[in-house]
Parts: sequence; C-alpha cells; structure tokens
Amino acid sequence: MSSDHSTYKPSSGLEKWLDSRLPILRMGHDSFISYPVPRNLNYAYTFGAMLSVMLIVQILTGVVLAMHYVAGTGEAFVSVEKIMRDVNHGWLLRYMHANGASFFFIAVYLHIARGLYYGSYKAPREILWILGVVIYLLMMAAGFMGYVLPWGQMSFWGATVITGFFSAFPVVGEWIQQFLLGGFAVDQPTLNRFFSLHYLLPFMIAGVVVLHIWALHVTGQTNPTGVEVKSKTDTLPFTPYATMKDALGVSVFLIAFAWFVFYMPNYLGHPDNYIPANALKTPAHIVPEWYYLPFYAMLRAITFNVGPIDSKLGGVLVMFGSIIILFFLPWLDTSKVRSAVYRPWYKLFFWVFIANAVMLGWLGAKPAEGAYVVMSQLGTLYYFGFFVVIMPLLGLFETPKRIPNSITEAVLEKNGKA
Amino acid sequence: MKKLLASLLLAGVAAGFASTAALSQEHGEGLAEKVEHAAKVGHYPILKPKHVDWSFAGPFGKYDKGQLQRGLKVYTEVCAACHSMNLVAFRTLEHLGYSEEQVKTFAANYEVEDGPNDDGEMFTRTAVPSDHFPAPFPNEQAAAYANNGAAPPDMSLLAKARGVERGFPTFLFDIFTQYQEGGPDYIYSLLTGYQEPPEGIAVPEGTHFNPYFTSAASLAMAQPISDGQVTYDDGSPETLDQYSKDISAFLMYAAEPHLEERKSTGFMVMIFLLVFTALLYLTKKSIFSRIEH
Amino acid sequence: MSDNTANTGDMGGHEEPTRRDFLYLATGMTAVVGAGAVAWPFIDQMRPDASTLAQASIEVNVSALEQGQSLTVKWRGKPVFIRNRTEKEIEEAQAVSLDDLKDPVARNQNLPGDAQATDVDRSAGADKENWIVMIGTCTHLGCVPLGQAGDFGGWFCPCHGSHYDTAGRIRKGPAPENLHIPPYAFSSDDVITIG
Repeated sequence: MSSDHSTYKPSSGLEKWLDSRLPILRMGHDSFISYPVPRNLNYAYTFGAMLSVMLIVQILTGVVLAMHYVAGTGEAFVSVEKIMRDVNHGWLLRYMHANGASFFFIAVYLHIARGLYYGSYKAPREILWILGVVIYLLMMAAGFMGYVLPWGQMSFWGATVITGFFSAFPVVGEWIQQFLLGGFAVDQPTLNRFFSLHYLLPFMIAGVVVLHIWALHVTGQTNPTGVEVKSKTDTLPFTPYATMKDALGVSVFLIAFAWFVFYMPNYLGHPDNYIPANALKTPAHIVPEWYYLPFYAMLRAITFNVGPIDSKLGGVLVMFGSIIILFFLPWLDTSKVRSAVYRPWYKLFFWVFIANAVMLGWLGAKPAEGAYVVMSQLGTLYYFGFFVVIMPLLGLFETPKRIPNSITEAVLEKNGKA
Repeated sequence: MKKLLASLLLAGVAAGFASTAALSQEHGEGLAEKVEHAAKVGHYPILKPKHVDWSFAGPFGKYDKGQLQRGLKVYTEVCAACHSMNLVAFRTLEHLGYSEEQVKTFAANYEVEDGPNDDGEMFTRTAVPSDHFPAPFPNEQAAAYANNGAAPPDMSLLAKARGVERGFPTFLFDIFTQYQEGGPDYIYSLLTGYQEPPEGIAVPEGTHFNPYFTSAASLAMAQPISDGQVTYDDGSPETLDQYSKDISAFLMYAAEPHLEERKSTGFMVMIFLLVFTALLYLTKKSIFSRIEH
Repeated sequence: MSDNTANTGDMGGHEEPTRRDFLYLATGMTAVVGAGAVAWPFIDQMRPDASTLAQASIEVNVSALEQGQSLTVKWRGKPVFIRNRTEKEIEEAQAVSLDDLKDPVARNQNLPGDAQATDVDRSAGADKENWIVMIGTCTHLGCVPLGQAGDFGGWFCPCHGSHYDTAGRIRKGPAPENLHIPPYAFSSDDVITIG
C-alpha cells in the first residue's frame, strides 16, 4: 500500500535541513526501505530488480560504447571491430552490451509471465500493466535499432525487412517506409537516425520505469495468493527482506549473464552479422534476434488473403496485433480471482500458452515452409485464442479453489501453523 | 520458477519431436541422395562440419602459439594471394609469441600505400607494425574480376562469420558445453572436404564440389592447399589435415584476439559471483529466519 | 551452518551476534569489491587504445631542408617543428646567459630531467647544433606559435603573447616553460625518428 504516513526520521541536522528543502532521502526511505511488501513474495517477484540492473548495465555500457562507435556506413563496422580489438576492455563492454540486450529480454519475458500467472494486470493495477507494455514496446524498438548499428549483414537486412512491414499498409505504406528510412533503402540517413534514437530510447524507458514503479507503489505488489494486503501483519518492510531476496535473484541471474558474456558471447548472435553490410546480397536466411522470433513466426504464419486484406498486410496486422492486444488484457480477463494458484483451468491454459510461445519462437527461426507453416498458424491461433476466447470465457465457467482470507493465513497454512 | 523451467524444457522437447517428425523424410543414405535432397529443398551444407579438438575451446581454452605461427605461415604463403585480412594489424602478431623485432621484420616484408606526400601523390612504403595486412586487390570489384566473378571474402572475421546451424536439441546442449567453435570447425571441414562429386551429380562449370560448403554443393574456390605445400620448421606434419587445423586456429585468433583474456577474466568473475551468491544466500536466510514467510 | 542460523533465528537472533555480523559485513564488503572491479573497464576504456599507442613513432626525411628552413610534421596529433638553424640564430642563442632565462631547464626528453637550457642541450647535440626539434605547442595553453617571429627572432605565440628565442626558450610572456623537445634521434644523417 502507498505509504500515506512516512516513517522517515531525519537523524542529523544536515538531514533535517535537507528534508525541509528537498525531501529526497524521505522519498528513498519510504520507497525502498520502509515500503511494505507482502510477506509471501517468492522469487518470481525478483525479475523487476533484474530488469532494473539490466537497464543500468545497458545504459552504462552503451554510453561508453558510443564514445568509440562511428555512425557511418563506411566506418560503423570497422569502428565496432576497433572496439573489439583495440579499445581497452572494449571486447568486454561490447559483449556485455550485446548479450545484455538478450538478458534484458529474458528478464522481461519472465517478468511478463509472472504477471500473467499471478493476475498482476487486474484492477486496480491496469495502468501499472499498461506502462509495462509500453516499456516492452520501447525495449523492442531500442533492441531493433541497436542491432542495426554494427552494420553487418543481419543489421542491414533486418532493418530492411522490419521497415518493410510498414510498406504493407495501403496508400500511406510506402510514404511511411521512406519516412522511417530517410531514403529509398536502408542507408546513411537510416543508420544515423537509428543511432540517435537508440541513444534516446533507454532514457525514455527509464522515464516510463519511474512511472511504472510509482504506479506499483500506489497499488502495492500483488502476491502469489492474489489476496490484497489487509493488515500490517501481511507485510514486511522492503529493506532488508525484499532487497536481500532481490539481490540474491539478481546475483544468480548475473551468473548466467557472465556465462554468456565470457564463455559464449556469440551464441545468441548470428554469424552473418560479422560480415559487413552489403546492399546487393541478402543472406540465405534472415532471422531476427531471438527475442522477436515468436512475433516473426506469427508474421509469417499469415500466408493467405482475407477479403480485401492481402497476406502481407494480414501478417503485419497480426504481428502488431499480438502486442497491441496486451494493452486490453485487464479487461479481457473476466475472472474475479486474481492468482492462477486458485484457478485450475487457467493454470493449464497458461502453461500451454507459455509452451506455445516457446514453440512460436522456435518456428520463427525455421524456414517458412511445409509443416512449419501449419504449426505457426496453429500457434498464432492459440496465442490470440488465449486472450480473446479463453480469458473472457474462463472467468464465467471456471470454479476457483478456496482462497485464503489473508496473506498471513496463507503463510501460516503453508508452514503448517494454522 | 521450477515449474517455469520445467515447462520451457517440456515445450522444447515437444517442439523437437515435432521437427523430427516433420523432417523425417530428410534421411537419405548415400552422399548422392543427400546432394540431391539438399538441392531440392535448398538446405546447405550437405554435411555438418566435422569436430576438431581445439586448444582454445572450453572455459580454460588457450591458443596454441606454435599452431598460430604455423597458421600465419599458411595464411601468408597461400591464402593471402587472394584473401585480404583488413582488420588485423601487424603489431598484434606479438600475441603469437613473436618479439617486437620479429614483428618489425615481418611487417617490413610488405609494402603499403601511404600519402599523399608534399607533391600530392600517393606513394608506397615499407610497412611498420602499426600497419594492417595489405589487401591483395585494390577493391572488391578487382578481387571479383580476378577470381571468376566471386570476390574472396576478407579473412579477419571469417571464423566468427561462418557457422552451420546446430539444430535441436544440440543447440541446447551447446549452452552447457560452451560450444563456440562452429567457425573453425567449418573452415577445417571445408578445406579438407574437397572431393570428386558422387556419380551422377554435376556441378556448374568453374566450381568445385564440396559437401561442407555453406550455401551450395560447390564453390568457386578450388582446393587451395595440399600436402607438402608449406614448409614447417617445427617438425609438424606437412599435411592437408595439419594445414587446415592451423589456418583455422589462426583465423579464430584473427577474429577473436582477446579470447584468452576473455576466458581468464570470466573465470575470476565466475568465482567472485559464486562466492557472492553464497554469501547473499546465507545473509538472506539469516534475515528471513526471523519471520514467517 | 544452516541449522545454526535457523536456530538462532527462531530464538530471536541474539545468540551469535558476532557470527551474524561477520556474515553481513563479508557480504557487504564483497559487494563493494565487486562494484569496484566492475568500474575498472568503464574507466580503462577512456585511455588511448592500442592502435593509438602503436602509432607513437614516425620517421622524417630532412635531407631537403637547407639552413634557415623549417618543417612541421604531425606526431601524436601535435605539430613538431624541425628547423635547420642559421649560424646567426645559433650564435644569438649561445650568447644568452642562463641567468636571463625564465626557465633554465632544457626540457629535452633525450637528456636527464635537470639538464640546463644551454643552446647545445636544446639542439640535436654538439655536432648537429644547427638542428632543433621541438613540440610546437606553446607551454602556456597549447596554441601553435608562429616561427621566426616575436621579440627574440624565434617563435611567438599569438594567443597570449609568449616570446621564444631561437632555441625555443621562453623569454617573455605568460608561458612557464621552454618549448618541449620530444624523444628523437637521427637514424641516419638524413632521417629523424621521432618517438
């Protein structure tokens, strides 16, 4: 719950002086020390901390990489290689940044899955959820533009294909594409603006993150039971309880991160991006970064025309729709019960949804032919069906399990003391 | 969390079975059938790369300096006639175990273009350690013209710019085995993979059959090196197999000069993170032991 | 360990304060060490990179330089003045008493740090006293002085009015030191290696 009454007590003269002018220490204390969190939060609630850490890692490594990077079609590739070869610790900073993007997305997918499982998007947390979707969209834009900067073959052709999405729209499509590219094809103007925007977007993300956390601190965290906090015994102070749990979660996450950065830094990348961009030669298989693959699979799943909508526009609409639909999630779910723990059917459909998303990701990396296309189509059908059919109907037909009266009761029950 | 991991794993396994089912018709026996099948579906290479036991693989991997020196010899005496290596500076050859003087002498074998001088003319001068390997052709068009229309790729990053898709479930195991040697494995396999095309298989004029080539059944480059072509002075066998290993290792070095530093730094970071995580775990446990949660 | 911790916890956490404090302290210290180690690459990347350091030496052919002629070359991004001085300039410089100098130190990287700013120690040596090689940035705030100008016929910095004599020694104006002399050597009679 939001702390209406602050427990901050300035302990020195200087703190009192500051507190009456800029109560920043009070804000920090109330938000990150005395702030009450449900006492039953599990490790699924530490992904937010991982995301904060990754945002900081990306901004710091990005700022120093920009000190060496040159955004020119002739120099970009070479300047990145200069970072890798000559700049002191350049290889480390660049590999951290490249793999950091992937780990940022790993954390955000886990974070989103947590939200879906425990019903974190339901009233009164709609704005909190929507801000989260906005952050995710900004991350996708930043990730895409960042991947263009090394100016390898995948950079160039990825940019060509993705800006090509917009050409699917009738009448204005071509205008939009040329507007985005600053020309008829991906070239110097495109690279320059992508660099500018790639530098800007993380700070926009940081801004929306502030709003996201603000909204979170107004409504308070959900928790595995989905029961709102009712009394003081339901909560613990943020520090040291949540901070220590977060720190442990982040530390384990960093072990996985370091494993990739130091031992297999190119595993998540594509070999073709070590070939300089060539506007006259497309790589055999254009594959986006792994974190876009499920959406890429849905884009390619639409191989048929629907009335006036041709398959190209249809694919693009489905792909954009798959993200837009997340904005409406709070109103698509009709169930009164928040947490999947007490929703046996929702739980089942949720895990099928996760498996389906992983399958779509795998299909996105496969050539669009034969059985893969049919599988992608079925996967796309389930993806949308989950949101527009299963979620609304399940709330009407599902019989939830008994829900504990309070968080404290749930905790005591679990520990066999009630 | 456990459930999430389990479900990811399950989903992966399910996807794997599906793919095996979808592609079960792919299994042909002889090379000829495989060639025909690859041509039909457009999937290359025909054969997956062979695995070589590289000294630089794994968490404690280190380059074998002797091997890199031999590989450099193969590059300069064979590959450099057609392949540039624009990103590599002579000064970095000190990592191969050469002294500063030796690098200077080595660089002095090359002429590089410099200028303009006070008369406004470009001129050539003897290379110094800060120079990069000069390219055999002035530009890509010239390279393509001299090589039957196919410009030989720059070799600076070749070992990272090539890699054959590993397929399910191998790519999952790779995370744990730290397999990162797809590039050198590929180069080795290609160099040792030249052979007569199977009976009944024709390759386009001017190309050479090689089932390991990444994007077709044959490539423009003829077998570039054969037994006894380069003289080794350290007693290593002067065979195609050894040459191929050495040049592949050298190209890995050229593409990733900081590999050893990366892996040794990684080891210290891992030790640190494990200790730190253990401490955090104990601290967290101690704090939470005071309360019901 | 784990059992002990759990027990002390149940009993209110006052059993083994030292052990617990030690644990917290060790965790905190480790975090600080980690943060410090992470900071290093971010600082280190600002230093000149390997390609910059590798270009630290250049060779200049001075065979075409007659007495009274100068040449400016670029070394480490800065201008280096190479002048084949006239007899008159050398004599003028030799005639100056060390007591008249604002900076009596040679500032010659090829000599010990306390070498005096005599003309011969400012030049390329006794048998090559006509040659003078200096970094062409004013020791005041880094502008490039003009050659054969100023009150002493040497160099004059137009930015803030520093006058150097024919041996590049500061004689008048705000600059604190003589023009610096980079490490260099004649690798043959005609070629100077700088750096």
